[in-house]
Amino acid sequence: MELKDFSYARTILEQYPPERRFLLAILQDIQKHYNYIPRPILEMLRDYLDVPLSKLYSVATFYKALSLKPKGRYVIKVCDGTACHLKSSQSIIDEIKKVLKIVPGSTTGDGKFSLETVNCLGSCAVSPVMVINDRFYGRVTPSRVREILEEYGRLENEQTWK
Amino acid sequence: MSKHGNRTILVCCGPGCLSNHSMDVYEELKARISQAKIKAEVKTEVKATGCHGLCEKGPLVRIEPDDIFYTGVKVSDVPEIVEKTLLNHQVVEKLLYHEPSVGRKVISPKQTRFYKKQMKLALRNVGEIDPSSIEDYIHRGGYKALGRVLSELSPDEVITEIEKSGLRGRGGAGFPTGWKWRQCARMQYYPKYVICNGDEGDPGAFMDRCIMEGDPHSVIEGMVIGAYAVGSHEGFIYIRDEYFLAIRNMSHAIEQARDKGFLGKNILGSNFDFDVQIVRGGGAFVCGESTALMASIEGKVGEPRAKYIRSVERGLWGKPTVLNNVETWANVPVIMDRGAEWFSSIGTENSKGTKVFSLVGKVQNTGLIEVPMGMTLREIIFDIGGGIAGGRKFKAVQTGGPSGGCIPESLIDLPVDFDSLNNAGSMMGSGGMIVMDDRTCMVDVARFYLTFLSEESCGKCVPCREGIRRMLEILNEICEGRGQPDDLDTLAELGEMLKEASLCGLGKSAPNPVLTTLRYFKDEYLAHVNEKTCPAGVCKNLTVYYIDESQCKGCGLCQKNCPSHAVEGQRGQPFAIDETKCIKCGSCMDVCRFGAVRIRGRDKSWK
Repeated sequence: MELKDFSYARTILEQYPPERRFLLAILQDIQKHYNYIPRPILEMLRDYLDVPLSKLYSVATFYKALSLKPKGRYVIKVCDGTACHLKSSQSIIDEIKKVLKIVPGSTTGDGKFSLETVNCLGSCAVSPVMVINDRFYGRVTPSRVREILEEYGRLENEQTWK
Repeated sequence: MSKHGNRTILVCCGPGCLSNHSMDVYEELKARISQAKIKAEVKTEVKATGCHGLCEKGPLVRIEPDDIFYTGVKVSDVPEIVEKTLLNHQVVEKLLYHEPSVGRKVISPKQTRFYKKQMKLALRNVGEIDPSSIEDYIHRGGYKALGRVLSELSPDEVITEIEKSGLRGRGGAGFPTGWKWRQCARMQYYPKYVICNGDEGDPGAFMDRCIMEGDPHSVIEGMVIGAYAVGSHEGFIYIRDEYFLAIRNMSHAIEQARDKGFLGKNILGSNFDFDVQIVRGGGAFVCGESTALMASIEGKVGEPRAKYIRSVERGLWGKPTVLNNVETWANVPVIMDRGAEWFSSIGTENSKGTKVFSLVGKVQNTGLIEVPMGMTLREIIFDIGGGIAGGRKFKAVQTGGPSGGCIPESLIDLPVDFDSLNNAGSMMGSGGMIVMDDRTCMVDVARFYLTFLSEESCGKCVPCREGIRRMLEILNEICEGRGQPDDLDTLAELGEMLKEASLCGLGKSAPNPVLTTLRYFKDEYLAHVNEKTCPAGVCKNLTVYYIDESQCKGCGLCQKNCPSHAVEGQRGQPFAIDETKCIKCGSCMDVCRFGAVRIRGRDKSWK
């Protein structure tokens, strides 16, 4: 893995007093900035908050918003809340799986797309819904999936399509 | 139509309308209005508000005081609205809402059945005010109740008033709010905390989100009143991290409230100090459970604890804590303002006031609604909701979120209150109401909820962690066509065990979706197990799609919409589905206007 600059993490930490109660908030800020929680930062946090690494690890793996692995440049969130599920969100997920060859919770080899399923985005009126980074797509059909993904540039695994 | 005075244009920026790009409409309206140089005597103000409710027809735009209500507004409609309605006082016909009950278009929202039957208390300001403006809130009577409480009432009198109102917690269990406060007030050690639970994680529910986004001050005011009643000086609002707009609006509101002296030291000159801060949730459903939520605020893993000692005695950091959900807090100022007697005149004997629901699923008018307790499911689904989408048949309604239950058509006249829902095997929950039609497989629904719960179980206690998984495995087998006749008994037995032995509410209520579907839809389970058929055509392994040649008009719509190129044939001739290519997504069935796409079981028994 390439060597990354983790110096900004120090700035994030120091916005918070060194108390355990701010752990989740700090981790969320780190997740937002780096797209994941790098181990060196967890170690930095251990010293800052004086909390054992094992406890930090358990918090970082417990909450869904946090990830120990880097996420893709485009994070596709397919809503699989009840309303979307009733309106066949599973078919949308299946179609993305087929096109990108990844399962929910993983990232394409080129680091371009991550696929996640989420539970309700509150947009039930336009279900099924998917969100790529911050852009909403409502009333998605399996046939629109490919069209939408193409907006994000040519797909590397084009050859897998018929 | 008034030609003078102020005019306000309210653009709905609730979650439904936002995903329909209402922000673009808002920006365009602002730009066009300043361009058109609307006459000086008409001061036109465009406000981005919280959810108006009728999400299905979004983006929604309302013009006041003309009382005009436009639906499905696109950016390209904006010039016409400015030209016709704002400059020439005419109505843009094509944007009006078509009210099915009278069979024509209506101008005012008050003429629609969707709004007519509702009663807005918790949502009193949502969609009416600009959530970023504390002046808007004060203008509609906000912080008046707080002023009266602090200057005229003792903490004990506040609690008595809340007790008398009969307010019960809106977060799920329906615990009497006044009683909770009294227990906490009785504790004589400090500091005490008050918490607002805004970790709304139920799939298909967005009530609390809409309140926090659309009327954040009502929550803050409720919390200050509650804190005064129990003697707390520090509060926390725990909000799901996904709700970035709720976090933004709430943070902004807190700052404004501090500036105006509604939060902080010596509030309104009463010598009472109180302040709140926001804690962002980490995306764990179990954190909606009160003790797990407190652990999460403390910076720990959000696991619940056994409640031998209640959190009103030992809660956050082991100190007395009152935790209520968003909607409960939002109700408090109204009660203090209008009195317990008035509030308790609304609703049923044991469930007072109103309840907010997110009405979603296969219903015509998807959206956010608030109704008096005791209204029947039929009124909610058919009058307010406008019935089932696409004219299909109603099958069930699911209430109470993932741990609620499915209520069948035979109970459609059930009044919606805490006790009636519990007796039917479901629960009020936080207020998700998901309508299902005959294209919904109840076994799949049960499996869906258990999948969700098995992922969200924190794993601390064995019954929940292992029990849900075993139940899920059985449901997976049934949905895939490998179900055994004795599976249903095993499911019921495991369900009872989970109810008895789990540590927290998540595990105790987790079997509800399975137990209620087993109770009311046993036939459907039997069809899966014995006949290897999914009557709704949802379980892919048990379903084959085919086209009825006698009904097919050869329009080709199914072929166009099929993502896997499984529909064969030529326009003008009946089409056919190639089973080997079909991924069973049902797109063809949804688009067919002639009902020619049919389903049958795997064993070729024609339905």
